[in-house]
Amino acid sequence: MEAVFPKPRIPEEEYIYPGHLACPGCGASLSMRYALKALGPKTMVVIPACCWSIIAGPFPYSTLKVPIYHTAFETAASVSSGMAAALDQLGQGDITVMAWAGDGGTFDIGFQALSGAAERNDNILYVCYDNEAYMNTGIQRSSATPYGAWTTTTPERHLKDRPKKNIMEIMAAHQIPYAATACVAYPEDMIQKFRKAKTIRGMRFIHLLSPCPPGWKIPDDQSIKVTRMAVNSKAFPLYEVEYGEKYRITVEPRNIPVRDYLKVQGRFRNLTDDDIRNIQFSVNKNWDRLQKKVRYSE
Amino acid sequence: MKDVMLGNHAASHGARLSKVDVIAAYPITPQTLIVEKLSELCADGDLNAKFIKVESEHSAMAACIGAEAAGARSFTATSSQGLALMHELLHWASAARLPIVMAEVNRALAPGWSIWTEQTDSLAQRETGWLQFYCENNQEVLDTVIMAYRIAEQVLLPVMVVLDAFILSHTNEIVDVPEQAMVDSYLPPYQPEFKMDVNNPHAFGGLVTPDNYMEMRYKIHQAMQRAKTVAVEADQEFQEIFGRSYGVMEAYKLDDAEYVIMSAGAITSMLRVIVDAYREKGLKLGLLKIKMFRPFPTEIFKKLLAGRKKIGVLDRDISFGATGIFFQEIKAALYPEKKNGVPALFGYVMGLGGRDITLSHLEQMVDHMMSHDEPEEDSVWIGLKK
Ligand SMILES: Cc1ncc(C[n+]2csc(CCOP(=O)(O)OP(=O)(O)O)c2C)c(N)n1
Ligand code: SF4
Repeated sequence: MEAVFPKPRIPEEEYIYPGHLACPGCGASLSMRYALKALGPKTMVVIPACCWSIIAGPFPYSTLKVPIYHTAFETAASVSSGMAAALDQLGQGDITVMAWAGDGGTFDIGFQALSGAAERNDNILYVCYDNEAYMNTGIQRSSATPYGAWTTTTPERHLKDRPKKNIMEIMAAHQIPYAATACVAYPEDMIQKFRKAKTIRGMRFIHLLSPCPPGWKIPDDQSIKVTRMAVNSKAFPLYEVEYGEKYRITVEPRNIPVRDYLKVQGRFRNLTDDDIRNIQFSVNKNWDRLQKKVRYSE
Repeated sequence: MKDVMLGNHAASHGARLSKVDVIAAYPITPQTLIVEKLSELCADGDLNAKFIKVESEHSAMAACIGAEAAGARSFTATSSQGLALMHELLHWASAARLPIVMAEVNRALAPGWSIWTEQTDSLAQRETGWLQFYCENNQEVLDTVIMAYRIAEQVLLPVMVVLDAFILSHTNEIVDVPEQAMVDSYLPPYQPEFKMDVNNPHAFGGLVTPDNYMEMRYKIHQAMQRAKTVAVEADQEFQEIFGRSYGVMEAYKLDDAEYVIMSAGAITSMLRVIVDAYREKGLKLGLLKIKMFRPFPTEIFKKLLAGRKKIGVLDRDISFGATGIFFQEIKAALYPEKKNGVPALFGYVMGLGGRDITLSHLEQMVDHMMSHDEPEEDSVWIGLKK
């Protein structure tokens, strides 16, 4: 299958300054860089407690060339809703209000506010950069942590025994205008999705798989490669959903075994062959289900 | 224009006349009618505001924070459990210096469920950096919401306008509703010096090292201190335009009083009656009504209370293991001057969870104070069943 989007030029403009405080190889900082390249200067960013509260720099510095509002862990969506309503009321409705939260702030503690904003179809772009754990507080499990992963709260003797929460399906079930997955290993795809999201009014949700070298236990220079394997093993398919109905896969995976993706990461070191077979089974099942939805949309 | 309205609706009209831009609220008895009325006013075009019907009080406060940060005047209302749920964000609002105004209907906290009046919910928020004004009647509720924006936007701190559950929230009273033009001349539009602005990007609320944090807190404290004067001025100017004023506290028959009773909220109306009754019997009793609780007007209290013989403080609230909360504050205000003439201070706890406070309870309070030279315990509970 051809890529759905033609390859765009990646804009040269930078809205993120060098000198930010992310670890080397951090996917979250690269994700923001691409997101802002796509959205441009008429953007306001709302950041709840997460790694990005640190990456953005301490007072009085700022890593971004657009305004940032730091807020409480569970309020990315609701603060953004208020901000978007205010901008509308003050005649500045053309500004994109982007909530930018980690998986903890999205899947867990901020979930109620996110669901509320989605149900109301508030005019915000909600982006979850998902590094699959609470990294800011030192790698604890979140409900985005995959089955079998090591974290500091799922130690070797008790690895995570539940699958990752399927946030995309939950968001799609809210029938919001736009939901998409993306990642830094496919920047053109990611930029297209942010550009598209920018043109839509109402609730937009983008789920970014965001590699984290210390959390995933991978070398600093491998994050893009590993993320690419997530897509190609179908562990993290790249697709989009309009109004909870219209599904489209935007990058066709190359079909590598999920074992290859797991084996390069220290956090999956303790998996047995049985575990890996089970994971492959559920990856296949999820992929089949996704394909059915794509077919149903046609 | 005079109208008959509930205390809750007085709060709604206060918000309407203040021309709020964004409202975000979540229903809780007995506050619900405030936002229902505002929904109607927005739907009918009588108020040009965005109304975000959020899924919790926590999100209501978060949405107000986002709105104010973008430069819009915002309003919310809550009560009891809703206020408790907001607690974390009350700090976020004040430390971000956002002049949000919130109507808070005093209601007891669970368990057991109680929808009736008690002041512990709002008093428990005294360290959040919000100004607090307690209202005695519905007129005061409407007027105080308007004044609250005036004060909040000058000192850049949020304000809670507090009224009693049912006793005010669900009671009709005649209220003089001012003309919009008069309110406009009193309350200029919200024009914050700093806000989210794509043409002048800044980061707000990020990481602060020990190098700067303390100075930021000091500035909040200074703003609170400044609010004491700003509130007095706001009240005086309100008087000039609208012909009504409340002061930051109100003295009733206090000039020659040797004995003083103090409280806040709707109960002060009954305390006036008690003062009159004892005056008739020849007792030199006076009343000091606390309207502004944060910032705490310590200097004024000291001046007004110096040289009195005894003071009784009525608390419709309790800090478990300590005393009533107003009592603590008055005690703390008077203590540093350990000179002769510091009055004996008596604390009374009553009316919790909406328990009726009768005239006889208030007589028990005054009689207790008169029959003891010194307080024997920190707080005397009145109206307890045996
Ligand atoms: C109410 C509250 N509880 C806990 C915290 C502590 N805390 C800060 S960031 C964080 C984890 C963030 O995880 P995630 O959203 O996944 O973002 P990441 O750190 O991975 O970037 C936690 C638990 C907090 N700030 N507020
Ligand atoms: S811990 Fe992970 S997500 Fe956080 S800054 Fe470092 S690499 Fe990025």
